[in-house]
Amino acid sequence: MSRLNDANITIAKEIIARFPRPKSAMIPLLHLAQEQDGHVSNKAMVHIGELLGVTPADVYGTASFYEMFKFEPIGKYCINICTNISCHLVGSWNLLHHAEDRLGVKAGGTTADGMFTLEDVECIAACTEAPAIQVNYRYRYQVTPANFDQLIDDLRSGRADEEIPPFGTLSRVRQRTSESWSNYGIEAQAIVDER
Amino acid sequence: MNTEYSTPGQVPTGPRLITGRFDISDGYTYDGYVRTGGYVALRKALSSMTPKQVHDEVRAAEIQGRGGAGFMAGTKWGFLPADVHPRYLVVNGDESEPGTYKDRLLMELDPHQLIEGIVLASFAVNAAHAFLYVRGEMALAQERLAEAINDAYAHNMAGRNICGSQFSLDITLTWGAGAYIVGEETALIESLEGERGMPRLKPPYFPAVKGLYMQPTIVNNVETLANLPAIINDGGGAFKILGAPTSTGMRMFSVSGHVNRPGVFEVPNGVTTFRMLFEAPEYCGGVRNGGTVKAFIPGGVSAMWFFDEHLDMALDKPTVDKAGSMLGSGAIVAMDQTTDMVAACWRIVRFFARESCGKCTPCREGTTWLEQVLRRILDGQGRPQDIDLLFEISESISPGIAWPPLQTTICPLGPSAVSPIASAVRRFRNEFDHYIAHGRPIDGVDDVLHPEGSRVHV
Amino acid sequence: MSKKTLSITIDGKTHQAQPGQLVIDACQDAGSYVPFFCYHPRMTPVGMCRQCFVEIEGPRGPMMVVSCMTPVVEGQVVRTTTDGVKRAQQGVLELLLANHPLDCPVCDKGGECPLQDQAFSHGPGESRFVEEKRHFEKPIPISDLVYLDRERCILCDRCTRFADEVAGDPLITFVSRGSNTQVLTFPDEPFSSYFSGNTVQICPVGALTAKPYRFKARPWDLDQEESTCTTCSVGCRTVVQSSRDELVRYQGVDIDPVNWGWLCDKGRFNFESVNSAERLTTPLIKGESGLADSSWAVALDVAARMLRTALAIGPESVAIIGGARGTNEDAFAWAKLADVLGINQRDAQLADGLPPEIFSLPQATIDDINRAPTIILLAPDLKEELPVLYLRARHAAQKRTARIIEFTAHNSGLTPYAWRSIQTEGGKLAAVIRQVGTTTEISDQLSRGDVVVIVGRMNLAESPEFVVNALAEVLHLAPHARVLPALRRGNVRGAITAGLTPQSDAGGTADILAAAASGKIECLILLGSDPLADVPDADLARRGIAGARNIIAIDTFLTASSSQADVVLPAAAYGEKVGTTTNLEGRISNVAQKITPTGTSRPDWMIAAELSIAVGKDLGISSYADVHQMLIDSVPSFAPASDEKSVRHDGVLMHHPHPVSLARSDSSVADHNSFKHRLVVSRKLYDGAQGTVNSPSLVSLADDAGVYVHPLDRARIGVHNGVDVKVTSNRATLVLPLHESQDVMIGTAWIPFNQTGTDVRELLDLSEDVCDVRIEHI
Ligand SMILES: Cc1cc2nc3c(=O)[nH]c(=O)nc-3n(C[C@H](O)[C@H](O)[C@H](O)COP(=O)(O)O)c2cc1C
Ligand code: SF4
Ligand code: FES
Repeated sequence: MSRLNDANITIAKEIIARFPRPKSAMIPLLHLAQEQDGHVSNKAMVHIGELLGVTPADVYGTASFYEMFKFEPIGKYCINICTNISCHLVGSWNLLHHAEDRLGVKAGGTTADGMFTLEDVECIAACTEAPAIQVNYRYRYQVTPANFDQLIDDLRSGRADEEIPPFGTLSRVRQRTSESWSNYGIEAQAIVDER
Repeated sequence: MNTEYSTPGQVPTGPRLITGRFDISDGYTYDGYVRTGGYVALRKALSSMTPKQVHDEVRAAEIQGRGGAGFMAGTKWGFLPADVHPRYLVVNGDESEPGTYKDRLLMELDPHQLIEGIVLASFAVNAAHAFLYVRGEMALAQERLAEAINDAYAHNMAGRNICGSQFSLDITLTWGAGAYIVGEETALIESLEGERGMPRLKPPYFPAVKGLYMQPTIVNNVETLANLPAIINDGGGAFKILGAPTSTGMRMFSVSGHVNRPGVFEVPNGVTTFRMLFEAPEYCGGVRNGGTVKAFIPGGVSAMWFFDEHLDMALDKPTVDKAGSMLGSGAIVAMDQTTDMVAACWRIVRFFARESCGKCTPCREGTTWLEQVLRRILDGQGRPQDIDLLFEISESISPGIAWPPLQTTICPLGPSAVSPIASAVRRFRNEFDHYIAHGRPIDGVDDVLHPEGSRVHV
Repeated sequence: MSKKTLSITIDGKTHQAQPGQLVIDACQDAGSYVPFFCYHPRMTPVGMCRQCFVEIEGPRGPMMVVSCMTPVVEGQVVRTTTDGVKRAQQGVLELLLANHPLDCPVCDKGGECPLQDQAFSHGPGESRFVEEKRHFEKPIPISDLVYLDRERCILCDRCTRFADEVAGDPLITFVSRGSNTQVLTFPDEPFSSYFSGNTVQICPVGALTAKPYRFKARPWDLDQEESTCTTCSVGCRTVVQSSRDELVRYQGVDIDPVNWGWLCDKGRFNFESVNSAERLTTPLIKGESGLADSSWAVALDVAARMLRTALAIGPESVAIIGGARGTNEDAFAWAKLADVLGINQRDAQLADGLPPEIFSLPQATIDDINRAPTIILLAPDLKEELPVLYLRARHAAQKRTARIIEFTAHNSGLTPYAWRSIQTEGGKLAAVIRQVGTTTEISDQLSRGDVVVIVGRMNLAESPEFVVNALAEVLHLAPHARVLPALRRGNVRGAITAGLTPQSDAGGTADILAAAASGKIECLILLGSDPLADVPDADLARRGIAGARNIIAIDTFLTASSSQADVVLPAAAYGEKVGTTTNLEGRISNVAQKITPTGTSRPDWMIAAELSIAVGKDLGISSYADVHQMLIDSVPSFAPASDEKSVRHDGVLMHHPHPVSLARSDSSVADHNSFKHRLVVSRKLYDGAQGTVNSPSLVSLADDAGVYVHPLDRARIGVHNGVDVKVTSNRATLVLPLHESQDVMIGTAWIPFNQTGTDVRELLDLSEDVCDVRIEHI
């Protein structure tokens, strides 16, 4: 896979400009790389290192700390089934096992057709809507085996495309660095650094 | 079930200070927000108040932080050293304490309210740059906030000379990538600096003194800040009297688990009792299937568990603290009589073992070991001495296994893994012994880990 | 330490602690042992292992804190042995051991392992951990020199902190999270740091092991003695460890004035060359069929005869080149021999150094680097030539105690940390300094207090006088500045001070070789020197060696030059002889003998003594003690060395007699025409040096020769990156691969010295001030 493309380099530079220190843009840039390739490739990490002025090892060290970053391609849809306490209490294990049977993979696996990756995850902050799941970090509430099957059909048939972009795309809205961006905080930090 | 709250109107209520726009379809848009009284407080503050006056109102409100520690916001702001600049405001939107569900709603359904709170807080502490750190897995919240911040800039509610005043503020929206520990304020700062989200030792690294980029930094929770517009509009005093003197204002609680209608409620702080939340029709309307509460978690899975003798306790910080637990992040989880306490305990411990950042030995090795032992017990491989072993390992992480917990660790995550063990084993020792003796739960509880009896190893 | 101390109580005893000190150090000082793993006195504490708990009286009663993150305060009450403390320490230890493999018997660290030791002393006994231990692929190479065993790692952050904080090479890092956390490099990017060996030394377990030492010996059959590294002139303090009369390991020793415990990999691992099978074992004498084995008696007799014949013609027909590789005593004995025989032509430098006057300018110490607010670099890349001096300078810049002003033609290891890095073309230095010196920015900085000027040969392709003139300019701008000479060869300062330096105008190496070339040298003595490999002017060296009637070589290996000799006398090497050495700041410290000399080799001083008898001019040296005492008595600079105790510890600074001052002179050369590049030749850490090529672990680390130019110049020349080009000077034309590099200033061509392959010295002509080359594609 590849380095950031030109469009994304522009976005990356915008993101970097919003922080007093470039390295603070690390996680957003890793998301950007994952949005581009569906996972975080070694080339992308090298490129991010160049953009931030740090070694690839430094980038890898940070990236590997966070679960959302995948270093190999995974399914087009990442299905996260919460099994933490609130969901655990009202049937999430049942749902997980159903999902495993339905998709024919164990939690952590990816279906042969590369469509789905199934994960058994920690609390996703939807506890009053248990059992809750996420597809590419978009929520589904009070999921029963029946409407799980429905969801899979919708995803396969593309009926959910509108709402759910392929894995890697997180926020589809980007913060604009409007001209009223004052940069005061950044300038002030620069003074501290020179000291 | 107890009939005391069977009809509406029998529980104390209050205004919906910060959840009011939740059922307004366009409440999350700039227009919808302004139409419903948004940005009035900010205009007021910037046109007619000094930073100190804003700070004083927040002091007067005595609002306790809603992120878990429950520290008074007004007091915390006071810790900033005078005229050390730059200084930063960091907004903690990483909500990931199991059972907790409120910040995400505030970010998705009323982002401008949060932004207004951020600008007010920054004005009060004289910060020129605020960072809004949203949990990585919350795509919608990120989209709504990006939209809202762009609109706020466009309408001069953020950026240079806000509302024509002398005050300028940049708000940088950023987000994580899946790590519970990043909710801890110093880990959040590390993450914000592009590092692995591993906590810093306090002391010496108190954010107010040595925070982001080693500069003075205030870290506040989303809900804490969402309350500021109301506090500035009606005054700190008005906010305070909505709750109890020792736990002021309104507060959001998410009640989940074995109740008929789980939900997120904004309730008068310090006066409402757990029983009311579980049973009143305004709230959850009773335990499911008319059952009874076997145990419940009063403030997130880091907290010690409560039992039926605690049901009539008010959700009041000092009271709950004294009873040996905490309200933490306002996450209440009810477990009825069918709950397999060994499984529940294991599930929570697995969470901490998975989420340990790995920086310090007792947590990295201890939580993992605890999880392995509990797993063995669940899988029918338990040994009689395992119970003592669980306590011995716990002792190495949290000397005394008391509350508030002491810790051999850097941050409170490690000790948090001890709470469910101390709670469950002490109260339901028989269930652990039964597992160890027979390799399965006691009769009458749901074996949720092994549906349709299969001994699937999870 | 004039600062007033703080009075605290440790385990009931009152103790005077240093202000700013950490409780853990205060406890050590007070003799109360506190166990620890992640803490390292030379790095920022991180408080990760949680082993160093102590109890402290707090406002709210006693509380347990990690002593590595707690500063001492007046009146503090510390307890290190309470039940709470013991329980916490045992708990942490049990947890550290839970997943730790039980392979101590096959672990290099076994026997010197803090974890093992503490498991015995503070440990809970047998483990209650019955679960499956964590598994990782066992040991994986993370560089050419270091292996990593992640199963043994206890994640103390020492190696990773060292790489980032001390070495500035953050190429190893924590990867993943929680109990899966592991130390790793980036995929396919090895931990290629000049300092990687230090991570092995500071690893508190056997997770990091050094290829050259793996399975070599067990701690209990190691025999060790403190010594000084003479690989370069920084003079890092070491312990030399041997087993069964073979050198097996060097470890850094932490002394404040010099190396803070660190070593570079070259110094740490080139002990292999001492054990090399290529070492000379017996004297050799040239016969019809070339050099043949001989005996000392015969060889010394032949050598003496050659010397006498030459002296009969006149002492000006005898010359000595070298001596900087030996001890002070070696150099002194040879200087004394030269004195009694009236030999004025002697030089410990190989036409690649600086005039000895710089030792007589106001001198700075290495420590001054971390005291002075300003450091000026008129030096070669310290990272390449004097690695541990680089660490000290980098530390000063990182901790913001000093600002570095660098003058160079290509970016150096310190450029990223320099406050100002001013690119200067060969021959222009003095002029540039005169110019920037007038800017207020620079003059303000110079007036902020002490100034340390680090001076060395930045460019072997230009005349040394440019550096001297530049130095004169700096001393004019900042008269209070003090000088730190950055001459690379191990004991060059000691050798020169002991007298191995020209005693007449035309007595330097270049003159000697020129004289030899024109048949004026009857007997040339090569004292551990290899002009054919080291003198920057290859042609001159060749003609000189060819022209010398007789050559006596004292050496450890048969080198390009010594193989041309008529008599070769095998010399004892580092670790095979006692003595003292002098580092670049003039610090005299001891070198230890740990093993018996290879074959029949002898220390240089002994050879001089025997030769003196053979030529009938007995120096009266019959033991090391003799020559050492004579040195101290007869050379004033070495008088401080009479303090034996200090010499064996931190070392003593030599006296700097009769200060001189440098005259400014207006020497600046013409611009090169635009078709040419001005050549810069400077050293890299790993090159063709004997110590490197004869150390199997290091030999592969030297790069292939190449010429480096700025990308714009590459484009102008019109060749692709990496292709062979023709490089032509007045002397010769070479074919080298061309590499583009942002680090090289436009108009300059940089060719590292003495790398594998084409020899850049063919281009150089010592009689020229600078060397301009034309670069063309073939
Ligand atoms: C392990 C751990 C996890 C935490 N997670 C969160 C979180 O997800 N959100 C949050 O606001 N605070 C969290 N906190 C509390 C923060 O450290 C910090 O106290 C809080 O954000 C301060 O804001 P407040 O004073 O407004 O409550 C966590 C603390 C710990 C020790
Ligand atoms: S207690 Fe756990 S989460 Fe907290 S610093 Fe230690 S290892 Fe990390
Ligand atoms: S030495 Fe103090 S925590 Fe490791």
